[in-house]
Amino acid sequence: MNNIIAILKRELYGYFATPVAYVFIVIFLFLSGLFTFYMGGFYERNQADLMAFFSFHPILYLFLIPAISMRLWSEERKSGTIELILTLPVTTMDAVIGKFLAAWVFAGVALALTFPIWITVNYLGDPDNTVILASYIGSFLMAGGFLAIGSCISALTKSQVIAFVISVVICFLFYVSGTPIVLNFFTGWAPQAVVNAVSAMSVLSHADSIQKGIIDIRDIIYFAVLIAFWLYANVITIEAKKAG
Amino acid sequence: MVTDNLQPAIEVKNLDRYFGPIHAVRDISFSINQGEVLGFLGPNGAGKSTTMKMITGFLEPSGGTVNVNGYNVVEEPIKVKKAIGYLPEGAPSYGEMRVRDFLLFVAEIRGLTGSNKSQRVDEVIKEINLDGVVNQSIETLSKGYKRRVGVAQSILHDPEILIMDEPTDGLDPNQKHEVRNLIQDMSKNKAIIISTHILEEVDAVCTRAIIIAKGKLLFDGTPQELRSKSSNNDIDDAFRNITTGNEGA
Repeated sequence: MNNIIAILKRELYGYFATPVAYVFIVIFLFLSGLFTFYMGGFYERNQADLMAFFSFHPILYLFLIPAISMRLWSEERKSGTIELILTLPVTTMDAVIGKFLAAWVFAGVALALTFPIWITVNYLGDPDNTVILASYIGSFLMAGGFLAIGSCISALTKSQVIAFVISVVICFLFYVSGTPIVLNFFTGWAPQAVVNAVSAMSVLSHADSIQKGIIDIRDIIYFAVLIAFWLYANVITIEAKKAG
Repeated sequence: MVTDNLQPAIEVKNLDRYFGPIHAVRDISFSINQGEVLGFLGPNGAGKSTTMKMITGFLEPSGGTVNVNGYNVVEEPIKVKKAIGYLPEGAPSYGEMRVRDFLLFVAEIRGLTGSNKSQRVDEVIKEINLDGVVNQSIETLSKGYKRRVGVAQSILHDPEILIMDEPTDGLDPNQKHEVRNLIQDMSKNKAIIISTHILEEVDAVCTRAIIIAKGKLLFDGTPQELRSKSSNNDIDDAFRNITTGNEGA
């Protein structure tokens, strides 16, 4: 546990000692504002809720989350520090969890900094704040899921560009797996159970219900399993590279 | 804590390692006890770094075993890693961190806490002469300072076993001298492995030398024995004889 915290702290130090953190946060806040007011029609809707704000988070995360996660392991491999960290007395699991949590905390900070929009909507009207809280939780969980995917992918390669592109594609597939884009590929030849399983893996449907204010234990479990699975795959990837 | 002499600090048995089709390390065996300083010699690409990476648990052997203080490195990696201080090739470190913060991080992972931690970090900073740069970020340092940060990180927990891959590479003659003195000072109660291209270094600090070329162990003996392998008692000639002679045979 101490090791996880030490690695988490070092990782966060890395974000904030470089322009990475500030660039990311500014771009995230700028784009989420842009989407909310121009594309989401926050004012035109004339409703005291944040649907216009949250409905663009998946699209935003699809590109911005892999931008955080791409460096997690690729950079360590490129700079050689992976040899340092893996020869210190920490388990690979601790290192993976510590780094993932740092990225998740960082994403959480960026998300928390969108609070002015919450103040705005409360100033303008009388929104249901429990729905907004649930939406924030859903958004945060989705960020965690995408980060776990991206972390695993970044362990596969030295190149941050490759890690970014592949992470975007896999996050996209998980995001749309409940839609015809992916389901049509399976229907016709795969058994219905497989089609249902693929459909159930969709980030979209799980995030959607939470964002509408319904926190179903099944959605929470879905994200927990999604994160655990990809982090476990992350550990396996690193261990496999040791053996060559 | 010095372990008894019944059990070598490091025992390498029939170590093999493949990278795809490349047979990088071939059936290497040796052992080293407390108080010894072992010099790893060999041409570039001989398998020195690969062997060190396997001892420190960064790479898994394709065959053979490594035991450190009696613990198998694959089965009990954490116990092995706790006992070892390691300076990887090129002395990698987190460039964006300040020197002191970086050392505090490593100390924390090494299990030092509270005032012990900062006290020990300050001690090592003095020992390695990093006083002037403690608040500089590592990426702004010269090559020599970066290397010294790597050395500092490897001795923070006063390890029983020290493994250093080219500790004096990129240092100026004065700094080389300092690092050699440091290694000598520490050698009494530690088992130390250093790899180097500088043969005079073997004379200066090592009690034993091993020559590896093309993945095979070609020589294991004292620096004096190595010298005697050449007609004129010259260590460079002896090195050339061993590493090129076997190639033609």
